[in-house]
Amino acid sequence: MSTNADAATTTVPAIEIRGVWTRFGDNVVHRDIDLRIDAGQIVGLVGGSGSGKTTLLREIVGLLAPSQGTVKLFGQDVLDADPARRLAVRRRFGMLFQQGALFSALSVHDNIAFPLRELRCLDEETIHDLVLLKLAMVELEPRHGRLMPAELSGGMIKRVALARALSLEPELLVLDEPTAGLDPDRSANFVKLINTLQHELHFTVVMVTHDIDTLNGLATRLAVLADQRLVAHGTTADVLAVDHPFIHNFFAAGRPAATIEQGGH
Amino acid sequence: MTATLIAVENASGARVELAGDWTLTGLPRPIADLEKRLRELAVADPDWQLQAVAKLDSAAAILLWRAWGRRWPASLSISPTHRRVLERVANLPTAPEPVVRRDPLAGVLWLGRQVLTAINHLSGMIALIGQMLLDLAHLSRHPRDIPWREFSANLYRSGAQALPVTALIGVLIGIVLSYLSALQLKAFGADVFVVNLLGISIVRELGPVLVAVLVAGRSGSAMTAQIGVMRVTEEIDALATMGVSRSLRLVLPKVLALTVAVPLLVLWCSTAGIVGGMVAAKLQMDLSYGFFIEALPRAVPVANLWIGLGKGMVFGVLIAVIACHFGLRVEPNTESLSSRTTTAVVTSITVAILVDAIFAILTRGVGIPL
Repeated sequence: MSTNADAATTTVPAIEIRGVWTRFGDNVVHRDIDLRIDAGQIVGLVGGSGSGKTTLLREIVGLLAPSQGTVKLFGQDVLDADPARRLAVRRRFGMLFQQGALFSALSVHDNIAFPLRELRCLDEETIHDLVLLKLAMVELEPRHGRLMPAELSGGMIKRVALARALSLEPELLVLDEPTAGLDPDRSANFVKLINTLQHELHFTVVMVTHDIDTLNGLATRLAVLADQRLVAHGTTADVLAVDHPFIHNFFAAGRPAATIEQGGH
Repeated sequence: MTATLIAVENASGARVELAGDWTLTGLPRPIADLEKRLRELAVADPDWQLQAVAKLDSAAAILLWRAWGRRWPASLSISPTHRRVLERVANLPTAPEPVVRRDPLAGVLWLGRQVLTAINHLSGMIALIGQMLLDLAHLSRHPRDIPWREFSANLYRSGAQALPVTALIGVLIGIVLSYLSALQLKAFGADVFVVNLLGISIVRELGPVLVAVLVAGRSGSAMTAQIGVMRVTEEIDALATMGVSRSLRLVLPKVLALTVAVPLLVLWCSTAGIVGGMVAAKLQMDLSYGFFIEALPRAVPVANLWIGLGKGMVFGVLIAVIACHFGLRVEPNTESLSSRTTTAVVTSITVAILVDAIFAILTRGVGIPL
C-alpha cells in the first residue's frame, strides 16, 4: 500500500502553473506562464528586477490571484473555494519571507509554536518538544526560544523564520530571497543549513534569489523569467544553452558556468 | 494514508506493528488517545515493528519517544531513515526549564523601575524642550531655516481638520449642561443664573479640557504613530545623515502647530458650547437670545477667556511634546509602536488634567465676578 501512495505522490507535481497571466491595470506582468515543479526538486526562480518573480511566488502561495490561469499545489487549487480544502493545502507548504515576518509580539518559542498550536490537536508538552527540535534543526539553542524577534540578529531571524516555516514539516518550502541581507559567510551557512534539511526532510523548494552563490549552493533547476514570460526552465546546463540576453548577462563573466554546474548537485 | 497500530500478543511475547503515514496529518485524532494507547502498550516492553511505516515526521517521533519513556525500546525494527528521525529526537537537549523564583522584593523592584522609567521619560521630555529652545534660538538667527511647510501642514491637519468634531462636541456638551442646570436652577427660581454657570464652566474649564482630550486622541496619537513608523523604517536616520535636525524638522513644527491650533480650537469649542447652551436655555426655560448675549459679558469677565486660551496653549505644547517624545522612543516592532502610542495618549490626557488642576489653584482669585 505504501508503494501505491509513493507512486501517487511522485506523479502529482508539487507545483503546477498553467496559463497564468497577471495584470495590474494596463501593466502586464506575466504572459501565459506554464511551470511544473516535481516533488523533490530545488528550483531557483531568477529574473531581473520587476520581472514579476515575487509576484509569481505570491501567486504560488495563494496571496495573490492571477488574472487568468490556475496554480495548483499537489494537484489542489491553492485558491480553492472550499475553505477546508484551502486550509489543507496551506498546511502542506511553508513560506520563508524576505524579512522573516516573525510576529514581533511573540517570543521565538511562541513564533515557532504558532502553526502547531493552530492545529489544535497537540498538547503543550508535545509542542514544547517540537519547538526545541525545530530550534535544534536550525542550529539554535533552547535558550534562544525566550528571545523576542527584536532582539535577534539578521541571521538568527532567518533561522527562526525557517524553523517556523518548517514547523509543520511541509512538503514544499517557498523562499523569498533567503540570503538577502546576510553577509557572505552567514549566507553560505544558511544555504548549507537549507541543503542539509532538504536532504533529511526531502521537501521541494522554490526560491526567488538574485544571489548567484545561493543558486550555486542550492538550486538543482532554474526557471528564468524575462519579458513577462518564462524564457527558460530546466537544469543549469539547459538554461545556459538558451540564447537570451538576460541569461547571458546574468551568468556573465566572473561567474563561470562550470562552477554553476558543479554546484548543481 | 493514516497511521495504523496493531498489537499482537502470542507465546513468544508481545509485538506492536506500526504502519502507514506517521505524520501530523496522518495521525488519528484525537492524538491524546493514541498517545495513551502507545504508553499502555509500552509498559509490556513489546517488540516494536516499524518497518511498514511509510512516513515518520518529528511530531510522531516525539510521540513515540515519549511513549517509550524517552529511551530506546529493547527490541526495535525500523528503517535507517526513520531511525535517523528518532535519533534527532533522542539527541534533543533535555533542557530543564529555568526555575523562576519569586523575588520577595519584586513589588519594591517593580515600583522602583516604574519610578526610574517615569524619571527617564521626564528627563527625555525636558531635553526635548531644551533642544527646541535651542532650535528657536537658531531659527531667530537663521530665519530661512524656519520649516514653514511642515508647520502649515500640521496646523491644517491638527487644527482645521479638527473643527467639525470640536464644534459638535462643544454644542452637545453645552446643550447637556444647560438642560441639567436648568432643572436645578428652576427649583430655586434662579433661572437667569444659567448664563453664569454655563459661561464660566465652558469658557474656563470644559472648553480647554475637552479640546485637550480630543486633540490628544486625534493629533497626539497620529504624531506618535507617524514618528514611530519613521523610526522603524529608518526615515529619521535618513534625515540625520542628510544633516537635517529631526527636532527642527519633525518635532518643532508639530509643537508650534499645536501651540497655535489648540487655543484657537478652545475658542471655537467654547463658542459652540455657549451657542448650544443658549439654544437649550431658550427651549427649556424660554430665556431669550438677546438677554443671554447681553448677560454673558457681565457674568463672565474677560479674564476667563484669557485663562482658557492660556490653558489651551500650554495643553498644546504638552500634548505635542509628549507625543513626539514617545514617538522617538518607539522600538522597531509592532508591539512597541502600539504600546508607545497608548502611553502617549494616556499620558497627555492625564498631564492635561493635572495641569488644569494646577491652573485652577493658581488662578482661583482671578476672573470670578463678585
